[in-house]
Amino acid sequence: MRMVIVAGTPGSGKTAVLIHALKSLNVMNLKSSVVKIDCLYTDDDQKFAKIGVPTKIGLSMDMCPDHYAIYNIEDMIGWAEENESDFLIVETAGLCHRCAPYTMNCLGVCVIDATSGPNTPLKVGPFLSTADIAAITKGDMISQAEREIFRERVYEVNPNCKIIEANGLSGQGCMELAEEMTKSKEVSLDNEELRHSAPLAVCTLCVGETKVNKKYHRGILRRIDGFQDYEGE
Amino acid sequence: MINEITIIGGYDKHGEKEPVKNISISKGEIFGVVGPTGSGKSSLIGDIEQLAQKDTFSKRKILVNNEEPSYEDRTNPRKKMVAQLSQNMNFLADMSVGDFLNLHAKCRGASDKCVNSVIKLANTLTGEPIKKEHELTILSGGQSRALMVADVAIISDSPIVLIDEIENAGIRKHDALKVLSGHGKIVMVVTHDPVLALMTDKRIVMKSGGMQKVVSTTPHEKKISKQLNKIDELMLSLREKVRNGELVEDIELNLEI
Repeated sequence: MRMVIVAGTPGSGKTAVLIHALKSLNVMNLKSSVVKIDCLYTDDDQKFAKIGVPTKIGLSMDMCPDHYAIYNIEDMIGWAEENESDFLIVETAGLCHRCAPYTMNCLGVCVIDATSGPNTPLKVGPFLSTADIAAITKGDMISQAEREIFRERVYEVNPNCKIIEANGLSGQGCMELAEEMTKSKEVSLDNEELRHSAPLAVCTLCVGETKVNKKYHRGILRRIDGFQDYEGE
Repeated sequence: MINEITIIGGYDKHGEKEPVKNISISKGEIFGVVGPTGSGKSSLIGDIEQLAQKDTFSKRKILVNNEEPSYEDRTNPRKKMVAQLSQNMNFLADMSVGDFLNLHAKCRGASDKCVNSVIKLANTLTGEPIKKEHELTILSGGQSRALMVADVAIISDSPIVLIDEIENAGIRKHDALKVLSGHGKIVMVVTHDPVLALMTDKRIVMKSGGMQKVVSTTPHEKKISKQLNKIDELMLSLREKVRNGELVEDIELNLEI
């Protein structure tokens, strides 16, 4: 089985692009199972159900949705295997740019919205820089020049990725994405490893502190002037 | 060297095969695209910009010199054969005009010396001058449009030029069209304006998303086109007067050619 992990900011068109790509896989007689990770609410499962793809929802609630996705990969793989699927597709919540839940053997797909401005690729971090595919959406809403600059910026951050100009409405580029999925590696749970470590998050806030004042905080704390302290025992 | 592009018809909005099955446009020809709003003019232009291979709504296929373009030809801006002036009236990028043009020149493999010529050219098309240090997002509709025209003409200099509605931006449309449709290019212009439509060699008529027919401009229409140009010049001179706060006292219209 192959695993595809799709990351990207909310509203960038992850679900729309995926639905077109999965339709193409259906046509090739390849079976997929989708897990949609979100925090509090999603109705994306109904959209996937419409095209006849088994879908599971994972709501992380007050846990980081990317960490939640990583902890649960084993169960997700097990479920997709029970479905006798050729592909497990994991669509992440896409809230944080610092985390890249891609593993070594998955196909890492970053869906990124071209209307978010040409500086966005420089800002977003590992979820773009460690992706195999950058699917750029909404290019029809900006000028050709801006589209070309956006593309160049994506290559600056990730020179080795393959860029697909995708359109969630028309399905442009999604057939190409489906083809890339068929070329990806087999997943092997025992050897599977993250491409990029999850961000540092070991402070009092992680365990539920709500007070803002500095004196309440312990752990590894990075200050705005760049210094990093360890406060605590 | 691009001598010809061919559009192989797909389907209209209702899923019916479009009446025009196949149309070729040769080097040096100017084609118009006409039809009511929502009839699919911009989508047709979009298909050509992407050199669609049955992967868009319309399922059209575009051939270049009778061959399928390679993936690289379709996507790499340095190899790109299509320059497109889309309908967008504003820039979304938060950077200065100079930085933006520099970056775009880099993308297209053009020299950074282009930047000043683009601004100079843009300023011949619009009223209030654009400066290098201006932020893109504060430019007016007319300034943005003029800058897009000049950028397409100089930096994206390509053998195929697609123009989507040049008339509704308050810029000098004739000059803009002249700047864009350089010698020996394949040019397509989406337009609602009879002045521009009759300047073309042929026009594709769109309806509910499909190419209905192709009309050749008749010699009679060419003559009418010259008369329309005179009317247009008159309108332009009146517009300048009004803009400059002058009074309009008389109009002189002589349609003799």
